Amino acid sequence: FDTSAPETVDPSSVPQPKDDFQEELVIRPLHSGDIYASFQFRTVWETDFMRGNKVSHYRLFPKSLGQVISKFSVRELHISFTQGYWRTMQWGQPFQPSPPGAELWVWFQDSAECKVYAAGCVDGTWKELTNVLSGIFCASLNFIDSTNTVQPSASFKPLGIGNETDHRFLRYATLPREIVCTENLTPWKKLLPCGSKAGLAVLLKSEKLFHSSFHSQAVHIRPVCQDWQCKTTSWELRQTLNVVFDLHNSAQGKREWSLFKMFSRTLTEACPLASSSKIYIDITDNPQGEQFEVSPATPLLSQAVVLGDRRTFSVYDLTQQITFGTVRSLNLLIRWKSSEGDMLRPLLHAERYVAGYGLQTGEIHTLMYNNHPYRSFPVLLLDSVPWYLRLYIHTLTVTSKGKDNKPSYIHYQPSKDRLRPHLLEMLVQLPPNSVTEVTVQFERALLKWTEYTPDPNHGFYVGSSVISSLVPSIVAMDTNSTRERPLFSSFFPCKEESSYFVRVYTEPLLVNLPTPDFSMPYNVICLTCTVVAVGYGSLYNLLTRSFQIEEPSPGLAKRIANIIRKMRGVPPL
Amino acid sequence: MLTASCCYTDRRRGQLAALSIAAVVIIVGVPLWWRTTETYRAWLPVNQINELANLQLQLSADVEVVFARGTVTPEQQKKVPTQVVISLCLFCSSPLEADLSLHTLSESPCGSLVVYVIPESSTLLPEDVDVYIGQRRTALLRIGAQMRVGRTLEQLLAHLEPRIKQVLQVMSFSHTDITAALSDRVRLSPGNKESIADSMRAFKSSPGYEITFSLLNPDPKSHRVHWDIEGAVQTYIQPLLTKLAPLANFSIDSQTLYYAMLGVNPRYDSSRSAYTLNSDSLAHVINPVEARLGSNAASSNPVLNFLLYVPDAHHSPLHIHDHKKQEVLSNAFHSPRWGGIMVYNVNGFYGPEAVFPVDININMAKVMGVFLAQLRLLLGVQSSAPPPGFLVAPCSSTGLADWELDRLMWSRTVENVATATTTITSLAQLLDQIGNIVINDNIAQQVSSAVTSLQLAVAELEAGNLGFALQYSKEAILASERAFFDPSLLHLLYFPDDQKFAIYIPLFLPMCVPILLSLLKIVSEARQKRRERQAKKD
Repeated sequence: FDTSAPETVDPSSVPQPKDDFQEELVIRPLHSGDIYASFQFRTVWETDFMRGNKVSHYRLFPKSLGQVISKFSVRELHISFTQGYWRTMQWGQPFQPSPPGAELWVWFQDSAECKVYAAGCVDGTWKELTNVLSGIFCASLNFIDSTNTVQPSASFKPLGIGNETDHRFLRYATLPREIVCTENLTPWKKLLPCGSKAGLAVLLKSEKLFHSSFHSQAVHIRPVCQDWQCKTTSWELRQTLNVVFDLHNSAQGKREWSLFKMFSRTLTEACPLASSSKIYIDITDNPQGEQFEVSPATPLLSQAVVLGDRRTFSVYDLTQQITFGTVRSLNLLIRWKSSEGDMLRPLLHAERYVAGYGLQTGEIHTLMYNNHPYRSFPVLLLDSVPWYLRLYIHTLTVTSKGKDNKPSYIHYQPSKDRLRPHLLEMLVQLPPNSVTEVTVQFERALLKWTEYTPDPNHGFYVGSSVISSLVPSIVAMDTNSTRERPLFSSFFPCKEESSYFVRVYTEPLLVNLPTPDFSMPYNVICLTCTVVAVGYGSLYNLLTRSFQIEEPSPGLAKRIANIIRKMRGVPPL
Repeated sequence: MLTASCCYTDRRRGQLAALSIAAVVIIVGVPLWWRTTETYRAWLPVNQINELANLQLQLSADVEVVFARGTVTPEQQKKVPTQVVISLCLFCSSPLEADLSLHTLSESPCGSLVVYVIPESSTLLPEDVDVYIGQRRTALLRIGAQMRVGRTLEQLLAHLEPRIKQVLQVMSFSHTDITAALSDRVRLSPGNKESIADSMRAFKSSPGYEITFSLLNPDPKSHRVHWDIEGAVQTYIQPLLTKLAPLANFSIDSQTLYYAMLGVNPRYDSSRSAYTLNSDSLAHVINPVEARLGSNAASSNPVLNFLLYVPDAHHSPLHIHDHKKQEVLSNAFHSPRWGGIMVYNVNGFYGPEAVFPVDININMAKVMGVFLAQLRLLLGVQSSAPPPGFLVAPCSSTGLADWELDRLMWSRTVENVATATTTITSLAQLLDQIGNIVINDNIAQQVSSAVTSLQLAVAELEAGNLGFALQYSKEAILASERAFFDPSLLHLLYFPDDQKFAIYIPLFLPMCVPILLSLLKIVSEARQKRRERQAKKD
């Protein structure tokens, strides 16, 4: 080695990295005895993907996603894969809501080449993007096409900076049928700088994560402000993973949870690349430790305003060696003392079902509950219904407390067969302490026989309705988006102190369509051909045969006599 | 008697009806069935494709020979044309045909050469050097001693020709280059394994390449490694790629991968107090790393990977050993058509008392020197040893002489032409063999444009316009690949025949059998009648 080489250890000459990585885990014991764990990994990088230069040098930010952003001029990308349905009434609001199956929504950059023919250009990019993402995440996102893509006009506003709200640059699609499993988790873990080798990500073992009631993993990319004045912007990649472990399934009914029991791993170190690595345990309902007991105890407490509520958390800082204690391993233990206590009912929740009988018509019912005792608030309802359920939009009724509730805004885009789905968006005011019911009738279309799925009698999925709302908050929300806050409380930007943003997804629907017998085409061919052949045959016979009168054949006695006469050599009768 | 004639007319009518139904079925039904069930097959230039299949390549390079003062006597000067152009045909039946023709050139364009003939007494070149190859497209040739006196012009040219040929082989193309480029089509003669290895090392010709530099840091707890890759790429790699821009598009990116392990456990060598990687185990190093590298999501061009591996603190220093158990000086190796790996030991830069993690700045000059050499190899810039008596000018700052670029362009053009013809001919063969494949108009259009570009490329090669030839060959490759991989070709590819019969038989069998039977009956009756008439005559 030549000693003149500048490999010296000199911290002052080391350039300050422009990227930053944080990780955290929030554990919330649920009243049902289940446990909710939410992982958040955030990479922030002060860079500009949209500049013309082609050279890109990645450190913490994953290269594959960076290339996607710059190639497809993406301004915001949100993708989630969810297995199971989040039960709002049992578990409260999740930190990041997501519908069952796969959901993808993307805001595209208003780029120069897409200015003139915006719609067609963005559609082409969207198609290519879904194909690339399906390769990155090993998911069937390539099944996203024009028949399940919509452009919501109001429900999905950009979560990052930028005030572009022209919904021609927005695409939203869900695949409610998508099944999430290990092959989606592995590429997701690969995007983390430490992979699954160190830090909180060592807990992400698929054999435990998928043995749960609810599993949701997501990737959110958006531009964010670096400082209060928003002088510099940077790109934020937020990877989240939410999982709910079932009391009976994973804990054999014992109200006692530990990291090892949940993930079959314990923690020994933080990711060395992370600037912060923390575990939060929600102890709001347990101020004096009468509900459950957490060990090892931590002196660190933190308060955060999340989802309109001020909550208290015990904090374990993994970057401090003392957290791991003498055994050099952290295995958090939560042991319940009593199974009593009531959960605060979530202020907003919704459900949906399909009604009616027979295979011709039906009715979709969406119920939205406002549990606030005295405040009414508006909600935006987004429904994207496939074209094969033909909505009768004149039958749309919105009723609350038995009275007609006229939506103040309706955006309806009718479907085109095999081209695009129905899009129904409306702004409905929910009266306090009420149930609002939205019903619309539909007719089931007959599909072409190649359009049926391999198991058509299972039914066809209709994606969740999305309900977005600003719900009145009990406590003042934090509107400073750049202040240091726990990651889980800083996902949705907050514009005013008095309300907070909530998105609620309903159940996806499973609708039976009239399903033919699939040997039918061949049967039809055979039957038609036979009918044609019978008709043709008789016609042909009539046309070509010549008919002549024939002598009636001689009787039996005469024939026998003739045979005898023949034998005797006498001429026959 | 009356009844008989009635029967006869009745029969006659029946026969006529049968005949007319058969006629209608044949005249209307069969064409209708044919037209409604045929697959659409656009017209393809099959003849031209077949012509391309037995490809005759003729490469010619312009060589300008300039005689310096003192090499030609004044009377010869009168006879010598101002410029001499030698065209070489490598692919004709006779191995080489030299052709002298006249040409005027102001400056040397892409693919051409200028040879300056200098007198033997010139002190420009060192004693034992006969030919000097410059950085541009020029060479200096020292005239032989035996040519000093009593020479005629013919003798002089006859003396120069083999040497100019030699210069051309070094600076433009040699037979081995071209056969290597054509390795897909030409069976290599056994014995030149070296050239096979050379041709296998370089990436296949492609319209674009992605170059990815990855810093592998398996131990971020101990080493906080910093590399100024952006500056290094600007300084070392970009000049070369700018030079290579006519050949292909290059895009560069870099990434840092943490906790990326090699696939083999290095062995501890106590005599050297270092860890060693044997050359045999290098083959297993790449696989586990490759899973982490990730493919480029945004393009489908081939990726050249360059990995800089910083061994973790417990396995340092790490050295690569060659077959003779000697340390490899550069501590790097490359994998053909994949990329290169360099091991960069950092344990010497901190003492045992250092506090982890240690900040380490990587010396990019050292790293990029290795990667640049590997990049040249992988791109196919050949640096075979020049023949004795040749002196090659040292590399310029761009890392690539003009004639080296030309050499690369020659072989790439030939390779492109070969690949595109293979693609087009195999597509034509496939379409010819499988009648079910639909050929849409856009595929036909791609095929014809590929064929046109190929013909143009071959013509330009023949004319010696290297730049245009390369351009056309690239277009040919793009068009042929687009046609070959078009998804519309697959739509009806696997439509089985038994299903076709299953659909046709219920309709065709009951319809055709009566027609056939009645036709047979008519024929047999007609024959019988003729026989009766014959018998009556007799």
